[in-house]
Amino acid sequence: MEPKTLFDKVWDAHVVEKIDGGPSVLYIDKHLIHEVTSPQAFAGLEARGLKVFRPEKTIATPDHNIPTVNQHLKIEDDLSRNQVETLTTNCEKNDITLYGLNHPKNGIVHVVGPELGHTQPGMTMVCGDSHTSTHGAFGAVAFGIGTSEVEMVLATQCILQPKPKKMRITVDGELQKGVTAKDLTLYVIAQLGTGGATGYFVEYAGSAVSNLTMEGRMTVCNMSIEMGARGGMIAPDETTFEYVKGREFAPKGEAWDKAIAKWKELKTDEGAVFDKEYTYKAEDIEPMLTYGTNPGMGTGITGNIPTAEEVEASELPTFKKSLDYMGFELGDKLLGKKVDYVFVGSCTNGRIEDLRMLASLVKGKKKADSVTAWIVPGSKQVERQAQEEGLVEVLEEAGFELRQPGCSACLA
Amino acid sequence: MPIDKFTVLESSYVPLPIENVDTDQIIPARFLKATSREGFGENLFRDWRFDADGSENKDFVLNNPKYSGQILVAGKNFGSGSSREHAAWAVHDYGFKVVVSSFFADIFRNNALNNGVLPVVVSPEFLSKVFAAVEADNSQKLLVDLEKQSISLNGEKEEFEINPYKKNCLLNGFDDIDYLLDKKENIEEFEQE
Ligand code: SF4
Repeated sequence: MEPKTLFDKVWDAHVVEKIDGGPSVLYIDKHLIHEVTSPQAFAGLEARGLKVFRPEKTIATPDHNIPTVNQHLKIEDDLSRNQVETLTTNCEKNDITLYGLNHPKNGIVHVVGPELGHTQPGMTMVCGDSHTSTHGAFGAVAFGIGTSEVEMVLATQCILQPKPKKMRITVDGELQKGVTAKDLTLYVIAQLGTGGATGYFVEYAGSAVSNLTMEGRMTVCNMSIEMGARGGMIAPDETTFEYVKGREFAPKGEAWDKAIAKWKELKTDEGAVFDKEYTYKAEDIEPMLTYGTNPGMGTGITGNIPTAEEVEASELPTFKKSLDYMGFELGDKLLGKKVDYVFVGSCTNGRIEDLRMLASLVKGKKKADSVTAWIVPGSKQVERQAQEEGLVEVLEEAGFELRQPGCSACLA
Repeated sequence: MPIDKFTVLESSYVPLPIENVDTDQIIPARFLKATSREGFGENLFRDWRFDADGSENKDFVLNNPKYSGQILVAGKNFGSGSSREHAAWAVHDYGFKVVVSSFFADIFRNNALNNGVLPVVVSPEFLSKVFAAVEADNSQKLLVDLEKQSISLNGEKEEFEINPYKKNCLLNGFDDIDYLLDKKENIEEFEQE
């Protein structure tokens, strides 16, 4: 048998049909929906006189447009309230599980999925949010879709998709002290540029990647989008199984043993071919800072903003415009710049692990008065855990404002 | 919804000789809170059409009574930026059936096709001629023939590419969902495996 990549294995197992000269009909195992990109899809379905085809494979949680204070009160903004209410009605009509506002399982869609064990290796997953790639951390093929596609999945549990090309990014070695998964991914993005992986589905490999925790892996896969990739994924291993085991919607008992046996097959075979490969050394990665208006504008913490000579001439005008916006100059050193805002949250940094790390750093210290510091937990569960573990106290004593779960500054 | 069938269209056109028009210019982010697909045409190119105080910007081409038609002709790299499908809805809702440019952003092109708007990619030379022609005579027409995959200006013809599957959908007025609904049996069979 021809050697296959991890991506091929999962993708090929879900192809219902390949259209000649066109896309493939891809079966979707799990569809995550939220209030912003689903209402028009439900309306379209209704106009066709259809109901949701496989409601048990659909999970809903409002997160994008919700307030992150006073969630127990009526949402003030009429349009946002209407979106949240529309989601509720649509879920009721179609028997879809909804983790509504104030539900103990509510949270950002990409935090809730893994946390509850909905996300599992070998699945195909979609959601009307580009950072759906997060779930690839479990060895799932997961990607963001548009509203017409949301409607497709609601109607048929399938989507029409051309098969993307394959890229592998290998990072070998050991990450230095203070270097996190986010630094790793920002480093890769700075190397490839924001369009460097356009049209590709990326597999991350190498010892630096397999040594990451699940939270770290999710961060890496989440940010695949920032270099243009359709999605990112990592082969499942003991770390993955350990994380999934025992979660509410994970397989149990005999089903679990069967699942594990299948999941162990999910890795790229020796000799499988990628359309593109990149290899980096973990030792080269420093903690990263970005200095501009896109995530490709990043450098190691001891680095400088490029000088005029270091930027490609055709890019220089846009580059300068972006620095003007930031109030920086070409060639500036980044260490020593003043901090105005601290935001810890979103589906990349709103997990319990992030809050723990933050608390360990700020314990017993106080933020400067001039700094506005927001923490927005990724889900209700993270919020509860942070309380139980005493992190909330530590953070509040350090002067951080703790808000309620939601996408928050990521969308607004 | 099944989309509008498209076969041949002859129409005057609206020129927008600006490059890199991104989806935020097509439909600004603040209009994304709606829950229906309709009505976005009203806010198409909102910040170009209207001044901050809500009054019409007389200089913008959509407000110029000289230009009309179901075809929008735009500078290269139309529809870049955020992937919002609302941009395609706005173009469609306003009444455009064809957008002509020398380059489209990928996601916009797909979204347009999914909503019954035909994106036609022409050569930069042809595009310049199209702009020049309407400047000389605002009743100038374009003829777009999907079956033949051709676009003509005063008898000068250029062929354009379209994915055969998408072409078939547009010609028959059905969208991806109609196609998939037609495959329900195969899908159910697949689920059994
Ligand atoms: S936090 Fe940001 S990226 Fe994540 S789901 Fe919300 S809007 Fe999308």
